[in-house]
Amino acid sequence: MAKILIPTPLRQFTGKLDAVVVSGATIGEALGALTTQHADLRKQLYSDEGKLRSFVNVYLNDEDIRYLAKDATPVADTDIISIVPSIAGGRYGD
Amino acid sequence: MATDLATPAAALTQEENLRYSRHLILPEVGVEGQLKLKQAKVLMVGTGGLGAPLGMYLAAAGVGKIGLVDFDVVDHTNLHRQIIHGTKDVGRKKIDSAADTMHDINPNVELVKHEVAITSENAFDIIKDYDIVVDGTDNFPTRYLINDACVLLNKPNVYGSIFRFEGQATIFATEGGPCYRCLYPEPPPPGLVPSCAEGGVLGVLPGIIGMIQATEAVKLILGQGTTLVGRLLLYDALHMKFRELKLRKAPDCPVCGTNRTITKLIDYHQFCGVPDPQAPVAPPVKGEIEVTELKAMLDRGDKFKLIDVREPYEYQIARIPGATLIPLGDIPKRLAEISRDEDLVLHCKMGGRSAKAIGILKEAGYTRLTNVRGGIQAWSEKVDPSVPKY
Repeated sequence: MAKILIPTPLRQFTGKLDAVVVSGATIGEALGALTTQHADLRKQLYSDEGKLRSFVNVYLNDEDIRYLAKDATPVADTDIISIVPSIAGGRYGD
Repeated sequence: MATDLATPAAALTQEENLRYSRHLILPEVGVEGQLKLKQAKVLMVGTGGLGAPLGMYLAAAGVGKIGLVDFDVVDHTNLHRQIIHGTKDVGRKKIDSAADTMHDINPNVELVKHEVAITSENAFDIIKDYDIVVDGTDNFPTRYLINDACVLLNKPNVYGSIFRFEGQATIFATEGGPCYRCLYPEPPPPGLVPSCAEGGVLGVLPGIIGMIQATEAVKLILGQGTTLVGRLLLYDALHMKFRELKLRKAPDCPVCGTNRTITKLIDYHQFCGVPDPQAPVAPPVKGEIEVTELKAMLDRGDKFKLIDVREPYEYQIARIPGATLIPLGDIPKRLAEISRDEDLVLHCKMGGRSAKAIGILKEAGYTRLTNVRGGIQAWSEKVDPSVPKY
Protein backbone atom coordinates (compact mmCIF):
# COMPACT_ATOMS: atom_id res chain seq x y z
CA MET A 1 0.00 0.00 0.00
CA ALA A 2 1.79 3.11 -1.20
CA LYS A 3 0.90 6.63 -0.15
CA ILE A 4 0.09 9.22 -2.80
CA LEU A 5 0.42 12.86 -1.78
CA ILE A 6 -2.26 15.07 -3.32
CA PRO A 7 -1.31 18.71 -4.00
CA THR A 8 -3.60 21.57 -3.01
CA PRO A 9 -5.04 22.31 -6.47
CA LEU A 10 -6.21 18.71 -6.88
CA ARG A 11 -7.63 18.15 -3.40
CA GLN A 12 -11.07 19.25 -4.53
CA PHE A 13 -11.16 16.06 -6.59
CA THR A 14 -10.21 13.79 -3.67
CA GLY A 15 -12.81 14.99 -1.20
CA LYS A 16 -10.20 17.33 0.30
CA LEU A 17 -7.83 14.48 1.20
CA ASP A 18 -4.15 15.47 1.12
CA ALA A 19 -2.96 11.87 0.93
CA VAL A 20 -4.52 8.68 -0.36
CA VAL A 21 -3.23 5.19 0.39
CA VAL A 22 -3.65 2.78 -2.52
CA SER A 23 -2.51 -0.65 -3.55
CA GLY A 24 -0.59 -1.22 -6.74
CA ALA A 25 2.68 -2.81 -7.75
CA THR A 26 3.56 -0.06 -10.21
CA ILE A 27 3.01 3.68 -10.55
CA GLY A 28 0.43 2.99 -13.26
CA GLU A 29 -1.52 0.62 -10.99
CA ALA A 30 -1.31 2.98 -8.03
CA LEU A 31 -2.56 5.96 -10.05
CA GLY A 32 -5.20 3.70 -11.60
CA ALA A 33 -6.42 2.77 -8.12
CA LEU A 34 -6.38 6.45 -7.12
CA THR A 35 -8.44 7.56 -10.12
CA THR A 36 -10.87 4.68 -9.61
CA GLN A 37 -11.45 5.83 -6.04
CA HIS A 38 -11.65 9.46 -7.14
CA ALA A 39 -12.99 9.44 -10.68
CA ASP A 40 -12.99 13.24 -11.11
CA LEU A 41 -9.23 13.21 -10.77
CA ARG A 42 -8.79 11.15 -13.93
CA LYS A 43 -9.47 14.05 -16.29
CA GLN A 44 -7.03 16.22 -14.35
CA LEU A 45 -4.16 13.75 -14.56
CA TYR A 46 -4.66 12.12 -17.94
CA SER A 47 -5.36 13.42 -21.42
CA ASP A 48 -8.20 11.95 -23.50
CA GLU A 49 -5.63 9.59 -25.01
CA GLY A 50 -4.80 8.30 -21.53
CA LYS A 51 -1.40 10.00 -21.37
CA LEU A 52 -0.19 11.67 -18.18
CA ARG A 53 -0.57 15.41 -18.78
CA SER A 54 2.58 17.39 -19.40
CA PHE A 55 1.96 19.91 -16.63
CA VAL A 56 1.60 17.17 -14.04
CA ASN A 57 4.71 15.41 -12.79
CA VAL A 58 4.73 12.24 -10.74
CA TYR A 59 7.58 11.39 -8.41
CA LEU A 60 8.45 8.16 -6.68
CA ASN A 61 10.00 9.46 -3.48
CA ASP A 62 12.27 12.20 -4.88
CA GLU A 63 12.70 10.87 -8.41
CA ASP A 64 10.67 11.92 -11.45
CA ILE A 65 9.06 8.78 -12.95
CA ARG A 66 9.96 10.05 -16.43
CA TYR A 67 13.54 9.08 -15.51
CA LEU A 68 12.52 5.75 -13.99
CA ALA A 69 10.25 3.33 -15.84
CA LYS A 70 7.34 5.83 -16.11
CA ASP A 71 4.01 4.03 -15.47
CA ALA A 72 5.81 0.69 -15.13
CA THR A 73 8.00 1.95 -12.24
CA PRO A 74 7.70 -0.59 -9.40
CA VAL A 75 6.26 0.72 -6.15
CA ALA A 76 7.05 -0.67 -2.69
CA ASP A 77 4.79 -0.31 0.35
CA THR A 78 7.12 2.20 1.96
CA ASP A 79 7.27 4.46 -1.10
CA ILE A 80 5.73 7.88 -1.31
CA ILE A 81 4.26 8.97 -4.63
CA SER A 82 3.93 12.73 -5.18
CA ILE A 83 1.80 14.44 -7.79
CA VAL A 84 3.28 17.86 -8.51
CA PRO A 85 1.33 20.08 -10.93
CA SER A 86 2.70 23.33 -12.22
CA ILE A 87 1.52 26.41 -10.37
CA ALA A 88 2.02 29.95 -11.55
CA GLY A 89 1.00 32.24 -8.75
CA GLY A 90 -2.01 34.34 -8.07
CA ARG A 91 -3.69 35.08 -11.31
CA TYR A 92 -4.66 32.81 -14.14
CA GLY A 93 -7.90 33.05 -16.02
CA ASP A 94 -10.82 32.91 -13.63
CA MET B 1 41.94 39.31 -7.50
CA ALA B 2 44.18 42.34 -7.32
CA THR B 3 43.24 43.51 -10.79
CA ASP B 4 39.56 43.67 -9.79
CA LEU B 5 40.35 45.82 -6.79
CA ALA B 6 41.97 48.40 -9.05
CA THR B 7 38.61 49.34 -10.62
CA PRO B 8 36.67 52.09 -8.83
CA ALA B 9 33.43 50.09 -8.46
CA ALA B 10 35.42 47.39 -6.75
CA ALA B 11 35.87 49.14 -3.46
CA LEU B 12 33.70 49.63 -0.40
CA THR B 13 33.16 53.04 1.14
CA GLN B 14 33.35 53.54 4.88
CA GLU B 15 29.55 53.66 5.02
CA GLU B 16 29.43 50.35 3.18
CA ASN B 17 31.99 48.80 5.50
CA LEU B 18 29.61 49.55 8.38
CA ARG B 19 26.43 48.68 6.53
CA TYR B 20 27.72 45.28 5.46
CA SER B 21 29.88 44.57 8.51
CA ARG B 22 27.94 41.42 9.44
CA HIS B 23 28.48 40.18 5.90
CA LEU B 24 32.14 41.14 5.88
CA ILE B 25 32.92 39.02 8.92
CA LEU B 26 31.39 35.92 7.30
CA PRO B 27 34.22 33.97 5.69
CA GLU B 28 31.84 32.96 2.86
CA VAL B 29 31.20 36.63 2.01
CA GLY B 30 33.99 38.88 3.21
CA VAL B 31 35.11 41.94 1.26
CA GLU B 32 35.53 39.86 -1.87
CA GLY B 33 31.95 38.57 -1.71
CA GLN B 34 30.53 41.97 -0.85
CA LEU B 35 32.27 43.42 -3.89
CA LYS B 36 30.76 40.67 -6.02
CA LEU B 37 27.35 41.72 -4.72
CA LYS B 38 28.15 45.36 -5.42
CA GLN B 39 29.08 44.55 -9.00
CA ALA B 40 26.10 42.24 -9.56
CA LYS B 41 23.13 43.15 -11.72
CA VAL B 42 19.84 41.42 -10.92
CA LEU B 43 16.54 41.81 -12.74
CA MET B 44 13.41 41.13 -10.73
CA VAL B 45 10.28 40.61 -12.77
CA GLY B 46 7.28 41.56 -10.67
CA THR B 47 7.18 43.64 -7.50
CA GLY B 48 4.28 41.79 -5.92
CA GLY B 49 4.15 39.03 -3.33
CA LEU B 50 7.40 37.33 -4.33
CA GLY B 51 9.06 40.55 -5.43
CA ALA B 52 8.43 42.28 -2.10
CA PRO B 53 10.86 40.34 0.10
CA LEU B 54 13.14 39.79 -2.88
CA GLY B 55 13.55 43.47 -3.63
CA MET B 56 13.96 44.43 0.00
CA TYR B 57 16.58 41.76 0.80
CA LEU B 58 18.52 42.11 -2.45
CA ALA B 59 18.72 45.85 -1.85
CA ALA B 60 19.71 45.33 1.78
CA ALA B 61 22.35 42.79 0.76
CA GLY B 62 24.00 45.40 -1.44
CA VAL B 63 23.33 44.08 -4.94
CA GLY B 64 24.79 46.91 -7.02
CA LYS B 65 22.14 47.21 -9.69
CA ILE B 66 18.58 45.96 -9.47
CA GLY B 67 16.13 46.20 -12.35
CA LEU B 68 12.42 46.18 -11.58
CA VAL B 69 9.75 45.16 -14.07
CA ASP B 70 6.14 45.98 -13.24
CA PHE B 71 3.32 48.02 -14.72
CA ASP B 72 0.70 47.39 -12.06
CA VAL B 73 -0.76 49.73 -9.47
CA VAL B 74 -0.93 49.01 -5.73
CA ASP B 75 -4.43 48.15 -4.54
CA HIS B 76 -5.84 47.16 -1.17
CA THR B 77 -5.94 43.45 -2.01
CA ASN B 78 -2.13 43.47 -2.37
CA LEU B 79 -1.37 44.68 1.14
CA HIS B 80 -1.75 41.42 3.06
CA ARG B 81 1.34 40.01 1.36
CA GLN B 82 3.18 42.62 -0.72
CA ILE B 83 5.03 44.20 2.17
CA ILE B 84 7.24 46.36 -0.03
CA HIS B 85 4.10 48.52 -0.49
CA GLY B 86 2.24 50.23 2.35
CA THR B 87 -1.30 51.51 2.81
CA LYS B 88 -0.10 54.98 1.83
CA ASP B 89 0.96 53.54 -1.54
CA VAL B 90 -2.50 52.37 -2.65
CA GLY B 91 -3.09 53.87 -6.08
CA ARG B 92 0.62 54.40 -6.79
CA LYS B 93 2.58 52.54 -9.40
CA LYS B 94 4.09 49.44 -7.82
CA ILE B 95 7.42 50.12 -9.44
CA ASP B 96 7.64 53.56 -7.78
CA SER B 97 6.47 52.30 -4.42
CA ALA B 98 8.89 49.33 -4.52
CA ALA B 99 11.81 51.52 -5.61
CA ASP B 100 11.12 53.98 -2.78
CA THR B 101 11.16 51.20 -0.18
CA MET B 102 14.35 49.71 -1.63
CA HIS B 103 16.05 53.09 -1.85
CA ASP B 104 15.16 53.74 1.77
CA ILE B 105 16.67 50.40 2.79
CA ASN B 106 19.85 50.97 0.79
CA PRO B 107 20.47 54.19 -1.17
CA ASN B 108 23.70 52.73 -2.58
CA VAL B 109 21.78 50.42 -4.91
CA GLU B 110 21.20 51.57 -8.46
CA LEU B 111 17.55 50.94 -9.29
CA VAL B 112 16.40 50.70 -12.89
CA LYS B 113 12.68 50.91 -13.53
CA HIS B 114 11.24 49.01 -16.50
CA GLU B 115 7.64 50.13 -16.36
CA VAL B 116 6.32 47.72 -18.96
CA ALA B 117 4.81 44.30 -19.28
CA ILE B 118 7.62 41.98 -20.30
CA THR B 119 6.85 40.65 -23.77
CA SER B 120 8.46 38.58 -26.52
CA GLU B 121 9.37 41.87 -28.20
CA ASN B 122 11.17 43.54 -25.29
CA ALA B 123 12.39 40.62 -23.15
CA PHE B 124 15.87 40.31 -24.68
CA ASP B 125 16.47 44.05 -24.46
CA ILE B 126 15.45 44.17 -20.83
CA ILE B 127 17.24 41.00 -19.68
CA LYS B 128 20.51 41.27 -21.61
CA ASP B 129 22.14 43.81 -19.27
CA TYR B 130 21.64 41.72 -16.12
CA ASP B 131 23.52 38.74 -14.69
CA ILE B 132 20.59 37.00 -13.02
CA VAL B 133 16.80 37.09 -13.45
CA VAL B 134 14.46 36.49 -10.54
CA ASP B 135 10.97 35.46 -11.58
CA GLY B 136 8.32 36.88 -9.29
CA THR B 137 5.45 36.79 -11.77
CA ASP B 138 2.03 35.25 -11.37
CA ASN B 139 1.02 33.72 -14.67
CA PHE B 140 2.07 30.97 -17.05
CA PRO B 141 2.66 33.00 -20.24
CA THR B 142 5.19 35.24 -18.49
CA ARG B 143 6.89 32.30 -16.79
CA TYR B 144 7.46 30.49 -20.10
CA LEU B 145 8.60 33.75 -21.69
CA ILE B 146 11.14 34.41 -18.91
CA ASN B 147 12.34 30.81 -19.06
CA ASP B 148 12.91 30.81 -22.78
CA ALA B 149 14.55 34.24 -22.77
CA CYS B 150 16.89 33.21 -19.93
CA VAL B 151 17.83 29.95 -21.69
CA LEU B 152 18.47 31.74 -24.97
CA LEU B 153 20.56 34.46 -23.25
CA ASN B 154 22.33 32.09 -20.81
CA LYS B 155 21.06 33.89 -17.71
CA PRO B 156 20.19 31.97 -14.54
CA ASN B 157 16.49 32.23 -13.66
CA VAL B 158 15.71 32.06 -9.95
CA TYR B 159 12.22 30.65 -9.87
CA GLY B 160 9.49 30.72 -7.24
CA SER B 161 5.76 30.15 -7.43
CA ILE B 162 2.92 29.92 -4.98
CA PHE B 163 -0.60 28.60 -4.64
CA ARG B 164 -2.73 28.90 -1.50
CA PHE B 165 -0.44 27.33 1.14
CA GLU B 166 2.13 25.76 -1.16
CA GLY B 167 5.22 27.06 -2.84
CA GLN B 168 7.88 25.82 -5.23
CA ALA B 169 11.38 27.19 -5.77
CA THR B 170 14.41 26.28 -7.83
CA ILE B 171 16.95 27.76 -10.25
CA PHE B 172 16.57 27.27 -13.98
CA ALA B 173 18.77 27.92 -16.99
CA THR B 174 22.20 27.70 -15.43
CA GLU B 175 25.04 26.31 -17.54
CA GLY B 176 24.20 22.63 -17.98
CA GLY B 177 21.22 22.83 -15.60
CA PRO B 178 17.54 22.15 -16.29
CA CYS B 179 14.99 24.76 -17.34
CA TYR B 180 11.30 25.29 -16.65
CA ARG B 181 10.34 23.36 -19.76
CA CYS B 182 12.44 20.39 -18.58
CA LEU B 183 10.18 20.35 -15.52
CA TYR B 184 6.91 21.22 -17.26
CA PRO B 185 7.05 21.09 -21.06
CA GLU B 186 3.62 22.70 -21.35
CA PRO B 187 1.28 24.80 -19.21
CA PRO B 188 -2.11 23.51 -18.11
CA PRO B 189 -4.88 24.41 -20.52
CA PRO B 190 -6.91 27.25 -19.05
CA GLY B 191 -9.71 25.98 -16.89
CA LEU B 192 -8.40 22.52 -16.19
CA VAL B 193 -6.41 23.32 -13.09
CA PRO B 194 -8.61 25.23 -10.69
CA SER B 195 -7.65 28.86 -10.36
CA CYS B 196 -9.68 31.68 -8.83
CA ALA B 197 -12.35 29.36 -7.48
CA GLU B 198 -9.67 27.52 -5.58
CA GLY B 199 -7.43 30.57 -5.35
CA GLY B 200 -6.29 32.73 -2.55
CA VAL B 201 -2.91 32.73 -0.90
CA LEU B 202 -1.65 32.83 2.65
CA GLY B 203 -0.08 36.26 3.03
CA VAL B 204 3.24 35.07 4.44
CA LEU B 205 3.69 32.33 1.82
CA PRO B 206 5.20 34.55 -0.91
CA GLY B 207 7.39 35.99 1.83
CA ILE B 208 8.97 32.60 2.48
CA ILE B 209 9.31 31.67 -1.19
CA GLY B 210 10.56 35.14 -2.19
CA MET B 211 13.20 34.99 0.53
CA ILE B 212 14.31 31.57 -0.69
CA GLN B 213 14.69 33.12 -4.15
CA ALA B 214 16.65 36.04 -2.67
CA THR B 215 18.91 33.60 -0.79
CA GLU B 216 19.60 31.65 -3.97
CA ALA B 217 20.30 34.82 -5.97
CA VAL B 218 22.81 35.95 -3.34
CA LYS B 219 24.48 32.50 -3.34
CA LEU B 220 24.72 32.52 -7.14
CA ILE B 221 26.44 35.91 -6.97
CA LEU B 222 28.80 34.82 -4.21
CA GLY B 223 29.46 31.42 -5.76
CA GLN B 224 29.01 29.88 -2.32
CA GLY B 225 27.17 26.90 -0.93
CA THR B 226 24.92 24.46 -2.73
CA THR B 227 22.23 26.11 -4.79
CA LEU B 228 18.83 24.74 -5.77
CA VAL B 229 20.05 23.94 -9.31
CA GLY B 230 18.73 20.46 -10.07
CA ARG B 231 16.41 20.41 -7.07
CA LEU B 232 12.78 21.48 -6.84
CA LEU B 233 12.02 22.67 -3.33
CA LEU B 234 8.41 22.23 -2.25
CA TYR B 235 7.07 24.08 0.76
CA ASP B 236 3.78 23.35 2.48
CA ALA B 237 2.95 26.14 4.92
CA LEU B 238 -0.13 24.42 6.30
CA HIS B 239 1.82 21.40 7.50
CA MET B 240 5.14 23.29 7.76
CA LYS B 241 7.01 20.84 5.61
CA PHE B 242 9.84 21.29 3.17
CA ARG B 243 10.53 18.55 0.63
CA GLU B 244 12.79 18.40 -2.35
CA LEU B 245 12.56 16.53 -5.61
CA LYS B 246 15.22 15.81 -8.19
CA LEU B 247 15.06 18.05 -11.20
CA ARG B 248 16.81 16.80 -14.31
CA LYS B 249 17.71 18.42 -17.57
CA ALA B 250 15.40 16.81 -20.14
CA PRO B 251 17.35 15.59 -23.18
CA ASP B 252 14.28 16.24 -25.34
CA CYS B 253 13.59 19.72 -23.93
CA PRO B 254 12.41 21.93 -26.81
CA VAL B 255 14.43 24.93 -25.66
CA CYS B 256 17.52 23.59 -23.87
CA GLY B 257 17.73 19.98 -25.09
CA THR B 258 19.90 18.50 -27.79
CA ASN B 259 17.43 18.97 -30.64
CA ARG B 260 16.03 22.40 -29.95
CA THR B 261 12.87 23.45 -31.70
CA ILE B 262 12.52 26.78 -29.91
CA THR B 263 15.32 29.13 -30.92
CA LYS B 264 13.52 32.43 -30.55
CA LEU B 265 10.74 33.85 -28.40
CA ILE B 266 7.21 32.86 -29.39
CA ASP B 267 3.66 34.07 -28.68
CA TYR B 268 3.28 32.94 -25.06
CA HIS B 269 -0.38 33.83 -24.68
CA GLN B 270 -1.20 31.67 -27.64
CA PHE B 271 1.11 28.93 -26.28
CA CYS B 272 -0.77 29.01 -22.97
CA GLY B 273 -4.17 29.39 -24.62
CA VAL B 274 -5.07 32.55 -22.75
CA PRO B 275 -6.07 35.96 -24.06
CA ASP B 276 -3.37 38.61 -24.10
CA PRO B 277 -4.30 41.08 -21.35
CA GLN B 278 -2.59 43.84 -23.36
CA ALA B 279 -4.85 43.19 -26.37
CA PRO B 280 -7.78 45.52 -26.96
CA VAL B 281 -11.00 44.40 -25.29
CA ALA B 282 -13.05 42.33 -27.69
CA PRO B 283 -16.72 43.11 -28.20
CA PRO B 284 -19.17 40.81 -26.42
CA VAL B 285 -19.65 37.50 -28.17
CA LYS B 286 -22.96 35.77 -28.80
CA GLY B 287 -24.42 34.41 -25.59
CA GLU B 288 -22.75 37.09 -23.50
CA ILE B 289 -24.28 40.20 -21.95
CA GLU B 290 -22.85 43.23 -20.20
CA VAL B 291 -23.67 43.84 -16.54
CA THR B 292 -25.65 46.92 -17.53
CA GLU B 293 -27.90 44.72 -19.66
CA LEU B 294 -28.35 42.33 -16.71
CA LYS B 295 -29.38 45.32 -14.58
CA ALA B 296 -31.91 46.38 -17.21
CA MET B 297 -33.31 42.84 -17.39
CA LEU B 298 -33.69 42.75 -13.59
CA ASP B 299 -35.27 46.22 -13.55
CA ARG B 300 -37.75 45.26 -16.29
CA GLY B 301 -38.66 42.12 -14.39
CA ASP B 302 -37.70 39.86 -17.29
CA LYS B 303 -38.25 36.18 -16.58
CA PHE B 304 -34.99 34.31 -16.19
CA LYS B 305 -32.94 32.52 -13.54
CA LEU B 306 -29.70 34.14 -12.42
CA ILE B 307 -27.13 31.58 -11.28
CA ASP B 308 -23.98 32.52 -9.38
CA VAL B 309 -21.34 29.80 -9.87
CA ARG B 310 -18.79 31.13 -7.39
CA GLU B 311 -17.86 29.51 -4.07
CA PRO B 312 -19.97 30.05 -0.90
CA TYR B 313 -17.24 32.15 0.74
CA GLU B 314 -17.27 34.50 -2.22
CA TYR B 315 -21.07 34.71 -2.09
CA GLN B 316 -20.69 35.75 1.55
CA ILE B 317 -18.50 38.68 0.56
CA ALA B 318 -20.60 39.98 -2.32
CA ARG B 319 -23.66 38.98 -4.31
CA ILE B 320 -26.00 40.22 -7.00
CA PRO B 321 -29.55 40.37 -5.61
CA GLY B 322 -31.74 37.51 -6.78
CA ALA B 323 -28.89 35.17 -7.73
CA THR B 324 -29.01 31.49 -6.84
CA LEU B 325 -25.68 30.07 -5.70
CA ILE B 326 -24.57 26.85 -7.40
CA PRO B 327 -20.77 26.59 -7.29
CA LEU B 328 -19.16 25.50 -10.55
CA GLY B 329 -17.99 22.20 -9.08
CA ASP B 330 -21.52 21.33 -7.91
CA ILE B 331 -23.28 21.91 -11.22
CA PRO B 332 -23.01 18.35 -12.59
CA LYS B 333 -24.67 16.89 -9.50
CA ARG B 334 -27.30 19.62 -9.14
CA LEU B 335 -28.73 19.59 -12.66
CA ALA B 336 -32.13 18.56 -11.22
CA GLU B 337 -32.39 22.05 -9.66
CA ILE B 338 -31.77 23.77 -13.00
CA SER B 339 -34.73 23.91 -15.36
CA ARG B 340 -34.20 23.45 -19.08
CA ASP B 341 -37.34 25.45 -19.84
CA GLU B 342 -36.29 28.89 -18.72
CA ASP B 343 -33.58 31.37 -19.67
CA LEU B 344 -30.48 30.90 -17.55
CA VAL B 345 -28.08 33.77 -16.92
CA LEU B 346 -24.82 32.76 -15.26
CA HIS B 347 -22.20 34.86 -13.52
CA CYS B 348 -19.05 34.42 -11.45
CA LYS B 349 -16.36 36.86 -10.31
CA MET B 350 -14.96 37.83 -13.71
CA GLY B 351 -16.75 35.72 -16.30
CA GLY B 352 -14.37 32.78 -16.68
CA ARG B 353 -15.97 30.22 -14.42
CA SER B 354 -19.49 31.04 -15.61
CA ALA B 355 -18.27 30.40 -19.17
CA LYS B 356 -17.04 26.99 -18.01
CA ALA B 357 -20.40 26.35 -16.32
CA ILE B 358 -22.16 27.16 -19.60
CA GLY B 359 -19.91 24.60 -21.29
CA ILE B 360 -20.99 21.95 -18.78
CA LEU B 361 -24.67 22.83 -19.17
CA LYS B 362 -24.42 22.80 -22.98
CA GLU B 363 -22.98 19.30 -22.80
CA ALA B 364 -25.91 18.33 -20.61
CA GLY B 365 -28.31 19.56 -23.32
CA TYR B 366 -29.21 23.01 -22.04
CA THR B 367 -29.68 25.66 -24.70
CA ARG B 368 -31.08 28.85 -23.13
CA LEU B 369 -27.77 30.06 -21.68
CA THR B 370 -26.27 33.52 -21.27
CA ASN B 371 -22.99 34.53 -19.63
CA VAL B 372 -22.50 37.79 -17.74
CA ARG B 373 -19.38 39.43 -19.07
CA GLY B 374 -16.96 40.58 -16.38
CA GLY B 375 -18.97 38.96 -13.57
CA ILE B 376 -19.69 40.53 -10.24
CA GLN B 377 -16.50 42.57 -10.49
CA ALA B 378 -17.93 44.44 -13.48
CA TRP B 379 -21.27 44.70 -11.63
CA SER B 380 -19.49 46.43 -8.77
CA GLU B 381 -17.63 48.74 -11.15
CA LYS B 382 -20.46 49.63 -13.51
CA VAL B 383 -23.77 49.04 -11.74
CA ASP B 384 -23.54 49.00 -7.96
CA PRO B 385 -20.33 50.20 -6.24
CA SER B 386 -21.81 49.20 -2.87
CA VAL B 387 -21.22 45.55 -3.85
CA PRO B 388 -17.77 44.88 -2.37
CA LYS B 389 -14.86 44.00 -4.63
CA TYR B 390 -12.48 41.31 -3.48
